Amino acid sequence: MVKSVPLHIDNNRYLKLSGLEPLVVTPESNFINVGERTNVAGSRKFLRFIKEGNFEEALSIARHQVEGGAQIIDVNMDDGLIDGKEAMVKFLNLVIAEPDIARVPIMIDSSKWDIIEAGLQVVQGKCVVNSISLKEGEQEFIRQAKLIKRYGAAVIIMAFDEVGQADNYERRIEIAKRSYDILVNHVNFPPEDIIFDLNIFPVATGMDEHRKNAVDFIEATRWVRKNLPYCSVSGGVSNVSFSFRGNNTVREAMHSVFLYHAIQAGMNMGIVNPTMLEVYDDIPKDLLEYVEDVMLDRRDDATERLLDFAESVKQTTKEKTVDNSWRKEPLQNRITRALVKGIDEYIIEDVEEARLSVTKPIEVIEGHLMIGMNVVGDLFGSGKMFLPQVVKSARVMKKAVAYLLPFIEAEKDGTTSSNGKILMATVKGDVHDIGKNIVGVVLGCNNYDIIDLGVMVPPEKIIEEAKQQNVDIIGLSGLITPSLDEMVFLAKEMQRQDFKVPLLIGGATTSKAHTAVKIDPQYENAVVHVNDASRAVTIVGDLLQEESSQYYKESLKDDYEVFRNRFLERQTAKSYLSIEQARANKYNIDWKALEVIRPKEIGIQVLEDFDLKTLENYIDWSPFFRSWDLHGKYPEILKDEVVGEQASELFKDAQEMLHKIISEKLLEARAVFGLFEANTVNDDDIEVTIASEKKYFRTLRQQSKKAEGRPNIALADFIAPKESGKQDHIGCFCVSAGFGSKDLASTYEAQHDDYNAIMVKALADRLAEAFAEYLHERVRKVHWGYAAREDLSNQELIEENYKGIRPAPGYPACPDHLEKETIWELLQVKERIGVELTENLAMWPAASVSGYYFGNPEARYFGVGKIKEDQVADFAKRKEIDFELAKKWLKTNIAD
Amino acid sequence: MNALKKALQERILILDGAMGTMLQRYNFSEEDFRGERFKDFHTAVKGNNDLLSITQPQAIGEVHYKYFEAGADIVETNTFSGTTIAMADYDMEDLVYELNFESARIAKQVALEFTQKEPYKPRFVAGAMGPTNKTASMSPDVNDPGFRAISFDQLRVAYKQQAEALIDGGVDILLVETVFDTLNAKAALFAIEEIKEERSIDIPVMISGTITDASGRTLSGQTAEAFLISVSHIPLLSVGFNCALGAKQLTPHLEVVSRQTQLAVSAYPNAGLPNAFGAYDETPGQMAAQIKEYLDKKLINIIGGCCGTTPEHIRAIATIASEYKPRSFQINEESITV
Repeated sequence: MVKSVPLHIDNNRYLKLSGLEPLVVTPESNFINVGERTNVAGSRKFLRFIKEGNFEEALSIARHQVEGGAQIIDVNMDDGLIDGKEAMVKFLNLVIAEPDIARVPIMIDSSKWDIIEAGLQVVQGKCVVNSISLKEGEQEFIRQAKLIKRYGAAVIIMAFDEVGQADNYERRIEIAKRSYDILVNHVNFPPEDIIFDLNIFPVATGMDEHRKNAVDFIEATRWVRKNLPYCSVSGGVSNVSFSFRGNNTVREAMHSVFLYHAIQAGMNMGIVNPTMLEVYDDIPKDLLEYVEDVMLDRRDDATERLLDFAESVKQTTKEKTVDNSWRKEPLQNRITRALVKGIDEYIIEDVEEARLSVTKPIEVIEGHLMIGMNVVGDLFGSGKMFLPQVVKSARVMKKAVAYLLPFIEAEKDGTTSSNGKILMATVKGDVHDIGKNIVGVVLGCNNYDIIDLGVMVPPEKIIEEAKQQNVDIIGLSGLITPSLDEMVFLAKEMQRQDFKVPLLIGGATTSKAHTAVKIDPQYENAVVHVNDASRAVTIVGDLLQEESSQYYKESLKDDYEVFRNRFLERQTAKSYLSIEQARANKYNIDWKALEVIRPKEIGIQVLEDFDLKTLENYIDWSPFFRSWDLHGKYPEILKDEVVGEQASELFKDAQEMLHKIISEKLLEARAVFGLFEANTVNDDDIEVTIASEKKYFRTLRQQSKKAEGRPNIALADFIAPKESGKQDHIGCFCVSAGFGSKDLASTYEAQHDDYNAIMVKALADRLAEAFAEYLHERVRKVHWGYAAREDLSNQELIEENYKGIRPAPGYPACPDHLEKETIWELLQVKERIGVELTENLAMWPAASVSGYYFGNPEARYFGVGKIKEDQVADFAKRKEIDFELAKKWLKTNIAD
Repeated sequence: MNALKKALQERILILDGAMGTMLQRYNFSEEDFRGERFKDFHTAVKGNNDLLSITQPQAIGEVHYKYFEAGADIVETNTFSGTTIAMADYDMEDLVYELNFESARIAKQVALEFTQKEPYKPRFVAGAMGPTNKTASMSPDVNDPGFRAISFDQLRVAYKQQAEALIDGGVDILLVETVFDTLNAKAALFAIEEIKEERSIDIPVMISGTITDASGRTLSGQTAEAFLISVSHIPLLSVGFNCALGAKQLTPHLEVVSRQTQLAVSAYPNAGLPNAFGAYDETPGQMAAQIKEYLDKKLINIIGGCCGTTPEHIRAIATIASEYKPRSFQINEESITV
């Protein structure tokens, strides 16, 4: 299907290009200036930087070009000693990370198609390909053009065909027309995206055949613009003056004259070095005349006359470079500008100047740099700067601070220590850390030790690091909505693990409202929402100031409480059922049809000094790797492309340690478990009979409104109710593999061997979990015996392919930690095996697991989710505890 | 195809609202997500909404039904994350073809039902092609700005597979949406062009970008106009924006695009900005009042809702939109050439 060129003139068919910003070339547009310095063939300096792998300097050349007025930058990596494809991709990727450069469109310049294509694959904006031609024949030309169109780029067509390069007027228009027709008619290439490079060749070479080089170009340009609708004409201007290398005065005049005439003829873009350009009207009359004679081939002796004249011209070069006038401004303005613009070139000298002007080097950070960063913060806040720019500001800041640090250290005389240790992390599942980095940098500048755990940090790691490093403050950051929940979780964990240090919350989705309503109540100690770096310094200072911190923390708590209450008053209720309604919608099991299996061994049993060797096979290794931040499933993780090597090494060390622990009996495992007669009473309570005495497990019921046909579950639903007339049963247990782990870890810690210290704890945890798994299996097969014929592999155990569940208090199905006390009472855990409950109901030793056994085949894990206060009140009454106490323990589960 | 273009010229077409918001109402549990078929699957799958097209197809069909009933002309397939790249989170890369095919089939079935019932108002299905969870022109590592977590080619291959399955499943339109990195979208457009050529077919393509913050840029830093220019190289049915912002905040960016393009313009904003808890609470009435501004200014041809919108929102928007004529535009008739 062949289509013809649209005949009507369409005013919207302009060459439109884009970087981060648009570039639309209309008939009214001025000449489009293409920067040529990022071309290894055009700039020796650029070539050297690329060869040396000094991409940072190479980037600064690009930045200069854009600051100097280039509207497009030409990037070329064609050099025999460079891997052009790799250099192109690497450089473009870096350019794209620099908003000051990436705002303009890119011209991907190469004679090799694979380099062009690699470039096209990394640039989001609409580029220009420089160039393709009919040199290799029509087929290849069409193939490349089609791909260029599909990648969404404009294209420069060289006046070149199978025969060779066009070097006169006729050949230029012949090739241009043929190329245009193929592109528009066969490839459906938008004509406005076609740019012709009609070959600018030198004049005044002394050879007769070169006399018409300029005039032929100019006339061909005129023809092309008139006869090939919507296209553009470009070219490399400096070629024309090639024979006057060394005489810039003449060259500049030649460029100006050439452009003056070529632009009038329709040349609308080109590669021009703006520092090598005289203003047409400023060219001395005599020189102008000689040059125009040459360009327009007006006299036979034009070349000689220009040569003679050139001898007499006094060489005057002018440097019209980057607008550096800001360098003359006062110091603070310069520093602010460097931070706002992300220019790190002069920051050291400016900071040095600032340092000499103050009494203490820290004042530069607190003064000059903070003033600049505040401007950055304001601009960002008001949408006048965007993220990548802020990142660059942070880099300049870091560089400035790095320079100042030695002076600050020297000042300190090695006697004073840091103001405090601050742990910072972007929470699990979130990769955004700019805000965090900025806050980190700024606090670092203020003499705090920053322990930055990076991004996607799991809560266990934050907790672990915070404990290990004994930090004074924890700062969490996140940008995506799910991060909010991670923060709440971490606050809960900090509470559960009895943290005291203040918690800072920051990042784009966070808010004072969320912090006040969701996070602050989870943590008894100070929680502060900090959303800008400059405030962070004051807040951290107030929090850590010995004299005033207590008062400050209390006032924070009050402030957040007031804020929270006001906020909640405005909230409308969500859909929850009353506890009565929820009970009416319980999980129904057809008890009549079900055969209840009586445990073979009713009563309590203890296992002491259990053989760890037996547990080895029950270890689920995947969480072990996760605890070391190596993600993947065991055993595949050992062969993982990325982490395999590290995982294998860790696994080897773990095996060694495990065998040492087993053979030298460094840890001791103990367990207690019991199986009892039980029935559910009053819907939610499980009545347990032990030695004809009655004890009660109080379960919690899901209360959120469910989709039709979905029950509101409580664990009690899995035990036969008394009125069913069936005698049912329940079990409970506590296992520990942590006896001895603390001492063992301490011996390693004393030797500064953190690796093995952590290893011991991680292995103790795994052994405890393995013990729980092992014991559950024994209970199913032997002690209770309802699954005597079960035969599952370790993997199947890990995947919970068995009947019955072993939910643990504090976990979703029974979020209430208080029930641990009942288990302790029932099994006399402390007395029998020595595992204790801390005041926060954490188990000690930590490598312990406790829970219930439900044998019903329909029993499954679920989450209680949010409950309402009516259930809390009911729960408190049933448990015979104070309502406030119940509320405190169930806090995280109570719906707002 | 002609029915679609005819409808687009006659009236402002209504796109559906949020799928996720509607699915939340079902409160599906891990077991529900798994269904019988994936009950033993080795990782948790709750939250993999695309999977519901296989395990809870009736719910997906119901949501489509509700949107059509509320007045939508076009519904989007439940395939926002239907690429191998996004599905890698759940180890479900192998299911990509089936997920897309089934999602398209379910939506098409409901659409046909409505078209039969109301032949004067044909209904259409747009195959949703989301942005994936990786960016081809940004580094996830601040300290290594040149690093990229995904390449153009990887995206192209993944999108091609998704688009082929959507087409096989019967979609009327392909919708490259929630574009936060234009390079990702360009890979999708590249893949679509390959399919069109290989199969000698033509299928309308809609593209919808996302302006992420107050700076008025996409996440990858482009202005609205730069985005428009960067994606205009293949024949498009429409261009526009969705997500991230509410209808009000989106207005200036729609104005830019509406002014700069002769293509049809689409918009499906969120139900306002998220509140402090990440939820959206603009009511149907409030949202429709904002949309009225679009209509008064003649900014749009296709309008719907993104995060937080419901059939009630769509009904309110459809009601107000029915009182207006569509913005004038040109249909890009370019087709494949030999």
